[in-house]
Amino acid sequence: MVRVVLPAHLRTLARVGGNEVQVELSGPPTLRAVLDAIETSYPVLRGTIRDHVTEKRRPFVRFFACEEDLSHELPDTPLPDAVVSGAEPFLVVGATAGG
Amino acid sequence: MSGVRVLVGTRKGAFILTSDGKRERWDVAGPFFGGWEMYHLKGSPVDPNRLYASQSSGWFGQVMQRSSDGGKTWETVGNKFVYDGVPGTHQWYDGTPHPWEFKRVWHLEPSLTDPDTVYAGVEDAALFRTTDGGQNWAEMPGLRGHGSGPHWQPGAGGLCLHTILIDPSNHQRIYIAISAAGAFRTDDGGTTWQPINKGLHSQYIPNPNAEVGHCVHRLAMHRSRPGTLFMQKHWDVMRTDNGGDQWVEVSGNLPTDFGFVIDVHAHEPETIYVVPIKSDSEHYPPDGKLRVYRSKTGGNEWEPLTKGLPQKDCYVNVLRDAMSVDSLDKCGVYFGTSGGQVYASADAGDSWNAIVHDLPPVVSVEAQTLA
Repeated sequence: MVRVVLPAHLRTLARVGGNEVQVELSGPPTLRAVLDAIETSYPVLRGTIRDHVTEKRRPFVRFFACEEDLSHELPDTPLPDAVVSGAEPFLVVGATAGG
Repeated sequence: MSGVRVLVGTRKGAFILTSDGKRERWDVAGPFFGGWEMYHLKGSPVDPNRLYASQSSGWFGQVMQRSSDGGKTWETVGNKFVYDGVPGTHQWYDGTPHPWEFKRVWHLEPSLTDPDTVYAGVEDAALFRTTDGGQNWAEMPGLRGHGSGPHWQPGAGGLCLHTILIDPSNHQRIYIAISAAGAFRTDDGGTTWQPINKGLHSQYIPNPNAEVGHCVHRLAMHRSRPGTLFMQKHWDVMRTDNGGDQWVEVSGNLPTDFGFVIDVHAHEPETIYVVPIKSDSEHYPPDGKLRVYRSKTGGNEWEPLTKGLPQKDCYVNVLRDAMSVDSLDKCGVYFGTSGGQVYASADAGDSWNAIVHDLPPVVSVEAQTLA
């Protein structure tokens, strides 16, 4: 299981309590796999993190893990081992923007 | 006992205001979807407890909500808005081609006969429809395919399709309006469309009488006279009596003919309301006085309605989807401001009271008359 930290608006939308959710990945543990797993577990989040069709990350959403910014990595980039093992969470972050 | 439910969309959530038929005391529920921009909420005319809401965010995009109990509870429905085929381009602000990109749903117009069918006007301008209660949305491509689409250009608020009016006597006839392309009509249920902008004159475009390119802010119709439409254009208040084939100006004695909202009295098809706004750059009421103007003659002759409205130091705006009427007797009129007030009149505009004073900036107001 991969631990995922969602921003407050998406936690509300997905009706989850607490800061973290846990999702199960199918296939190799990649950036794409964790996003797929989030959307499978919480279908209401489809389209809110990445585009429905292009799967491109929404501009004001960022992906962090293990103190690294994974936002610009390719979708098939492997997740850090610490995320795969559950030692560290994968963070979906709404950018601080707007003044 | 009759009553009214007013659905209010704001920059930071939705609110539902309810009252009995006297419209003196109001209950305020909300915020729903706190922190999200709620561009529009509207109920089905067939089933008033079936509500649809457009929820959006610059961070997380578009979400669609549906309620089947008058807004007590909500469920998230489909938010996949994909243009039909290859989207192509429209004009950008600088006149260069710009790819069509979905941004948000501006306006929801439920079918007059089926609570599961809803039309959605979106930015970048296109018309979508669901027939399964919002789970799936499909573009009605004939509008963008009309041929003028590549020449449409966004207004300051974006290239938005903000008005959808269904002819109650002929559901195959639908009117829409786009800023800043103009008004369009279909007579075949949305398969084909024609621009209906003859008579509009806009000095801010290269050809003031062009077929498209006019910044139409809002259209309104009385259900008993679906061939008569009223328009608040960027500048000019207009009317047509032949389904948009020809428009004439009816700004008359308004202190300024710029504004966003326009609406029609529920029982008097020649009584119309606007809120004049000082423009081109200020976008607040002239002289700091918030005045609704009413014409009982279908335009040209206007009277200011001021009782209960602030008549000094008022610098709010009233956006295009932020006025609505109920169908009680006397007709109720409602509008919301960028300052977070929602004003109500239970006597067709003769006097006003603020139902709420301090909401986030109001984007949309829809009144439902409940049996």
